[in-house]
Amino acid sequence: MAHEKNHDYHILTPSVWPFMGALGAFIMLFGAVLWMQGITAFMFFGGLAVVLYVSYAWWSDVIVEANQGDHTPVVKIGLRYGVVLFIMSEVMFFVAWFWAFFKNALYPMGPDSPRIDGIWPPAGIETFNPWHLPLINTLILLCSGAAATWAHHAIAHENNRKDMITGLGIAVFLGLLFTFFQGYEYAEASFGLSGNIYGAVFFMATGFHGFHVIIGTIFLGVCMIRAIRGSFTPEHHIGFEAAAWYWHFVDVVWLFLFLAVYIWGGG
Amino acid sequence: MADAAIHGHAHEDNRGFFTRWFMSTNHKDIGILYLLTAAAVGFVSVLFTVYMRMELMDPGVQYMCMEGARFFADPSSTCTPNGHLWNVLITYHGVLMMFFVVIPALFGGFGNYFMPLQIGAPDMAFPRMNNLSYWMYVAGAALGVASLLAPGGNGQLGSGVGWVLYPPLSTREGGFSMDLAIFAVHLSGASSILGAINIITTFLNMRTPGMTMFKVPLFAWSIFITAWLILLSLPVLAGAITMLLMDRNFGTTFFDPAGGGDPILYQNILWFFGHPEVYIIILPGFGIISHVIATFSRKPVFGYLPMVWALIAIGALGFVVWAHHMYTVGMSLSQQSYFMMATMVIAVPTGVKIFSWIATMWGGSIEFKAPMVWAFGFLFLFTVGGVTGIVLSQAGVDRAYHDTYYVVAHFHYVMSLGAVFAIFAGIYFYFGKMTGRHYPEWAAHLHFWMMFIGANLTFFPQHFLGRQGMPRRYIDYPEAFAYWNKISSYGAFLSFASFILFFGIMIYSLKWGKKVTQNNYWNEYADTLEWTLPCPPPEHTFETLPKQEDWDHSRSH
Repeated sequence: MAHEKNHDYHILTPSVWPFMGALGAFIMLFGAVLWMQGITAFMFFGGLAVVLYVSYAWWSDVIVEANQGDHTPVVKIGLRYGVVLFIMSEVMFFVAWFWAFFKNALYPMGPDSPRIDGIWPPAGIETFNPWHLPLINTLILLCSGAAATWAHHAIAHENNRKDMITGLGIAVFLGLLFTFFQGYEYAEASFGLSGNIYGAVFFMATGFHGFHVIIGTIFLGVCMIRAIRGSFTPEHHIGFEAAAWYWHFVDVVWLFLFLAVYIWGGG
Repeated sequence: MADAAIHGHAHEDNRGFFTRWFMSTNHKDIGILYLLTAAAVGFVSVLFTVYMRMELMDPGVQYMCMEGARFFADPSSTCTPNGHLWNVLITYHGVLMMFFVVIPALFGGFGNYFMPLQIGAPDMAFPRMNNLSYWMYVAGAALGVASLLAPGGNGQLGSGVGWVLYPPLSTREGGFSMDLAIFAVHLSGASSILGAINIITTFLNMRTPGMTMFKVPLFAWSIFITAWLILLSLPVLAGAITMLLMDRNFGTTFFDPAGGGDPILYQNILWFFGHPEVYIIILPGFGIISHVIATFSRKPVFGYLPMVWALIAIGALGFVVWAHHMYTVGMSLSQQSYFMMATMVIAVPTGVKIFSWIATMWGGSIEFKAPMVWAFGFLFLFTVGGVTGIVLSQAGVDRAYHDTYYVVAHFHYVMSLGAVFAIFAGIYFYFGKMTGRHYPEWAAHLHFWMMFIGANLTFFPQHFLGRQGMPRRYIDYPEAFAYWNKISSYGAFLSFASFILFFGIMIYSLKWGKKVTQNNYWNEYADTLEWTLPCPPPEHTFETLPKQEDWDHSRSH
């Protein structure tokens, strides 16, 4: 029996990263509990460092494999499926936060619940005016998405590396600007995270979105570095495609947040 | 070929132990790891139940004392009931079985090993991520064990809040055991989600040429549908338990009415995950049973297409019935009516499956080999559990049965007996394929009868207890419930003995079992692709993709 593969699928050699990554996750989460108990933050950051290093090393391996030509057309289809499915699971994660929001906005608790609903936003909560900073942030994020699409068009249809780098630069810059403004808005908030349901729902929903913006910005930033190094061709740019899809997903979540939490639910 | 069949991996396998089992990118090895780990965790979880049934054997508290947990009753010394210990045991029994035993065994173990083989794929779509799924599951289980041993409520170890982790119990439980448990569920959830992404991609992208969607074997279909349920329901649970974590540690008030929150919200989100979870647990079992029954009836499975659509229908309906777990929380009448009706609708596709299995056997030439008797057991027990499920789906009747032993009996019939019997059917069906050894047939039959009698003895009387009004989750009960509790405990001990026998059979067969010499040691109705491979299959399978005549018998529909 000849032992060589006669198919286009990707058969990988053994790798230590999954084991190390899971070990890092264990240390990080155990450390998070210790940190929340006020014992030590050291273990959390140690675990985080392992997780980050493993992510870096793992994805470096993926890039090496891509450059070796392991990503055949059928493997690329698989990678696209993988990204889309991951984004679907992320959407379902946000369902939980929107559920918490809509439950409280539609049926707020009051002294006579559940017979008579309370009011939303709860008494004493001063919400943000959606047409100031939130609107500007919406435009920033949409422009960032447009810039990412421009970058995609540049590499896929014109093989224009310069435009791709410019587009990614703009997308990353606008992503950072969004995060900065969001941080500014948080600092100006008249309500806190704890002790009231509005703060809990608002900060957790927009906070997890903000966290995803940061991840997406890093993702696009990595793609920019790879574009500068000339890693992408019109045929091979799966990593960038994944980043762009992720970024559009983050955009759409924001649109729902903006419409539901800021405009409709803002009182 | 014959050479490879006998010597298995020895042919070209020069991987070291650490490389093979810790750095694996091989779906078959990872499947084995899943099965072994699930068996170990399952054993711990079963030990808990034995201790619980000891305590419930007689009225009064004899074993779980504040003065120290005992293994022998000692009437001469005082025993102050330790309710926390009891609560901890029911909690970890549930959490371990739900997240760390049944899903890893069926979805992680059998799914990983046999789904790629059945569709003729050389491995999973993302073999390295597959290993991350496994090790994150181990890390999650480790956090779970840490949680059991960490300072918890009532100044004792562990959390006693029930596996559903309802607030306010879970938000007010002391210590940090609860936080560790939350992270354990987070990790196991992430592990399952990555596994689901892997399975769906493999199924969609790597079927062997000519194998269109409706030519895929039923087990692969069942794993595919399960993967969708995991992908869409577990992230929602992640959100819910993150809210718990925030309420516990950062002063948010998602579930605290004092700050405008609502504990019912948690129940809704939890069960939005929790009901699909029920099908995540049972659907892979459906897949295994379909192949076992077809093989030992010497007939192709009856109604292949309806079987597939029934799987899809059960998966879809599973998402829209969650509130039947919470009829008594004060929902409006119309909500209760809707959830009642939607729940009963699930009986239709489930009936399609049950009747198709019976129709498969109809006129077949049935062989009572070990996997088949387990499949028979499954059919009977799952149907009993399904019928009590229809009873419980009535919102009105549920008023009387809610949180009684009737519910305990119901869900153990579908899960402990349904899913676990499917796991054993799968193990006996595929043991030779995975290990290259035969088990002694008589021992497998003895195991079956011990477990079948034991499990029925344990759970059937619990229907009576529930109807008499005995509430679940209590350490003690009045004299009136003593008789059936005693019977139930005897049944649990018999089941436990069957577990010990099972481990004995496994160890004996691995070391001294007769060697398997044929690729297909059953008959020509075990006609899926895994039966064209040596036992155990070589490290890399299907390096040349299978040809259509290897698998397309055009009998399936």
